Amino acid sequence: MTTDFWRIVFGRLDLGALDFLTAFRDPTLNEIILSGAAWAVILGGLAAVAVLSRYRLWGPLWRNYLVSVDHKRIGIMYIVLAGIMLVRGVLEGVVMRGQQADGLGGGFLSANHYAQLFSTHGTIMIFFMAMPFLTGLINIVVPLQIGARDVSFPMLNSASLGLTVAGAALVMISLVVGAFSTGGWTAYPPYTDSLFQPGPGPDYWLWSVLLAGVGTTMTGINFVVTILRERAPGMTLMKMPMFTWTALCTAILMVFALPPVTVSTAMLLLDRYAGFHFFTNALGGNMMNYANLFWLFGHPEVYILILPAFGVYSEIVATYSGKRLYGYGSLVVATMSIAVLSFTVWLHHFFTMGQDADMNAAFGIATMLIGVPTGVKVYDWMATMYRGRVRMTVPMVYLVSFMVLFVLGGLSGIILANPSIDFQVHNTLFLVAHFHNMLIPGLLFGMLAGYTYWFPKLFGFRLNDRWGYISAWSWVAGFVLVFFPMYVVGLMGMTRRTVAYTNPAYQPWMILSAVGGVFVTVALASLFVQLYVSIRDRAFTRDIGGDPWDARTLEWATPSPVPAYNFAVIPHVHAREAFAVAKEAGLGYQAPPAYADIHLPGDTWMGVILAVFGTAFGFGMIWYMWWLAALSFAVMAVAFIGRALRGDRAGVIIPAAQVAAEHRAWLAAVGRLAPVTREHEQDGINHGVAAPETREVAA
Amino acid sequence: MSGASAIHAAPGLSYEAGHEHDHDAAGKALWGFWLFMMSDLILFGLFFATYATMLDPMSYAGGPTPRDLFELPGAALETAALLTSTLTFGLAALAVKYEQGRGRVLAWLGVTLALGLVFLGLEAREFAHMIAIGAVPQRSGFLSAFFGLVPLHGLHVTAGAIWLVILMVQIAGKGIDAGLTSRLARLALFWHFLDIIWIGIFSIVYLGGIV
Repeated sequence: MTTDFWRIVFGRLDLGALDFLTAFRDPTLNEIILSGAAWAVILGGLAAVAVLSRYRLWGPLWRNYLVSVDHKRIGIMYIVLAGIMLVRGVLEGVVMRGQQADGLGGGFLSANHYAQLFSTHGTIMIFFMAMPFLTGLINIVVPLQIGARDVSFPMLNSASLGLTVAGAALVMISLVVGAFSTGGWTAYPPYTDSLFQPGPGPDYWLWSVLLAGVGTTMTGINFVVTILRERAPGMTLMKMPMFTWTALCTAILMVFALPPVTVSTAMLLLDRYAGFHFFTNALGGNMMNYANLFWLFGHPEVYILILPAFGVYSEIVATYSGKRLYGYGSLVVATMSIAVLSFTVWLHHFFTMGQDADMNAAFGIATMLIGVPTGVKVYDWMATMYRGRVRMTVPMVYLVSFMVLFVLGGLSGIILANPSIDFQVHNTLFLVAHFHNMLIPGLLFGMLAGYTYWFPKLFGFRLNDRWGYISAWSWVAGFVLVFFPMYVVGLMGMTRRTVAYTNPAYQPWMILSAVGGVFVTVALASLFVQLYVSIRDRAFTRDIGGDPWDARTLEWATPSPVPAYNFAVIPHVHAREAFAVAKEAGLGYQAPPAYADIHLPGDTWMGVILAVFGTAFGFGMIWYMWWLAALSFAVMAVAFIGRALRGDRAGVIIPAAQVAAEHRAWLAAVGRLAPVTREHEQDGINHGVAAPETREVAA
Repeated sequence: MSGASAIHAAPGLSYEAGHEHDHDAAGKALWGFWLFMMSDLILFGLFFATYATMLDPMSYAGGPTPRDLFELPGAALETAALLTSTLTFGLAALAVKYEQGRGRVLAWLGVTLALGLVFLGLEAREFAHMIAIGAVPQRSGFLSAFFGLVPLHGLHVTAGAIWLVILMVQIAGKGIDAGLTSRLARLALFWHFLDIIWIGIFSIVYLGGIV
């Protein structure tokens, strides 16, 4: 009787599932790492709670962030989430490098633990590091670049964040309670069917991806409408900044490429929970359907990841070269071509899984075609730098490293696009080297460059350059050392996702790779040191004028930090790179003829409700605590319907007088500040007002 | 002024008096809803595609085939109910457009809701019958695909019916204002969209199964 009761309350959860206790029972290195990670999550969480309580930050956190619908605040929360997940993802990668350096015939990790590591590493890096990071940047930058007050659907924006947080929270909880899937970030059945993995692992993967995926779809809808409907008067599509273009393509891809993964996860959940036969071995299931559905999402996803980074690079290359972006039209066409072509190549992820040679050839050719628009972009960036006044700032270090490394990775991609070669190297570390070669210099460097570039706009001070350089060069060195050896051992035949190996020829390369892991750790740590030092020394890097980089697009025509309403008066746009053109005409800081009241959307609890009860819902489903799942679902449904009945919350009205006072005070401050030439960009005298460039007119 | 700016006639950006961006909330919501439906359409498209791949002996797994399971009269009745409900929703929309009064709008919406519930009842009866004769989703890949696709549409209709009830309560309570007109327009779009999906289901699952 009592056992039955506890079974209803706790489902299949028992004490054995608590990872932080296992090391006490079985103190091997493998278990200590497992428990240590669980303790890190617990202590990290407790430390955060302690700090927030000690400094009485719960109130401000709640008011200014958690219930805020301000796109900038939501963007910051996305990036904080990405930062937390980046730490975990990188450290997992480093542990895996350590294991393989020691992996000749054994190593210190169990095969099961290693499989969990590569599964969580991939899942986290794609869904909970890369996606939140780029979504955060898009959130912060796009409304500013198009001259809008906020996104089209502010409440929906908060809801998207809530769902993403719920997914990430489930992945973090899996460290403490139970084990994650061992099925890789793609979770191919039948290996992830209940027959082979009856435990909660694949369920953790499925529910976190499903929740975050729904959130991402809503983000996509939000930004397509925002970009198409909220642009300032005069900003035609072909006057939009390049980052906004890439954000538009990314948002379109989110709307159309996320449904396949929603479908594949829903089907796999039905297989696992209700005994359906979508992908099972028995009774007419077909696991090839999963491969097709997953990669129908998975390949466009790659471009969801890379396009915003391309946008960041397009912005910074123009700014730090002091030149108009070269080949704007070709960059727009290339971005759109990539977005469209991304739907035509998914089959190259499984060339070896049974279709005929003609089919493979068609997809191989489509894959090679994507290299063309990407190549156009690289040439455009190089041409922008050509005869520009290039300043090797931190974002430019990322950009230049990206251009070299990304082209190398692209070349290995062209090699893999050839099905006959792919048959030789598929499922080896050659492939692992290839996609890390695209995603680290492409996505991660781009996001870090964007973080460095736009940081002063949000917080009103620049990031420390010294630690920025240390971090950037450590990322570059670490990346090269970790992944270039993998090309070699991959060609030698070393398979991916294997905990140990018996061929001694692999080991020197794996040791080299582990050394790279040290550099990557240094790079990661430097980012946090940089943040600390920058906050400590913020008095010396104040950005008051709002334009510390002599930048070119609309977001830099605002004060730093940007007020909640973004623009005191919505500007009319008459040119591409409107702010640069205005500055050249000496009209960068005009006083508007009149100010008006500003209406801003009101706060919402929807994000918090979805984050908390979405997590509880997923947890209940994963552990078969049906009461918890039903209750959480009911709360979310009631919140949703309640809001539909009550309509939007009352907004906030900022009176014209206040807007005028703030704006005039800022204009006066700009007038008092000494304009800074680019020679002093990184010095203490740069307070965000740029001196006009005196440059001879070049042909 | 340097050479580059001479290309541009106007100086980049300007502020004009008395022009605040107008907020077309209804238009934006409609755009967003269209995008949501396109996304949803892909969801259905993939369930259709999965169903199509499951129409072979391997996926029947020795169990019932479409020919054994589907019969036209039931499906035709469901189709009639749902298609008529689209017509009555259209009449409700006309009543809104020509301001024929709250009562007329509520009456047509009520008929729409009733027809939607009839559809759901007929569908539930069909599923109950299939389950009774052992044609359960756990039986074969084909049946899994069927129970993935058709009830997904049913769930959408259920959600649409709940939404309809909410809107009817609001209309009864506070009359038809601009916000409700806009919501009603979105629900109408959704309702017609589900009709189109049903025509796909009728053609591919039922007609295709019997041919």
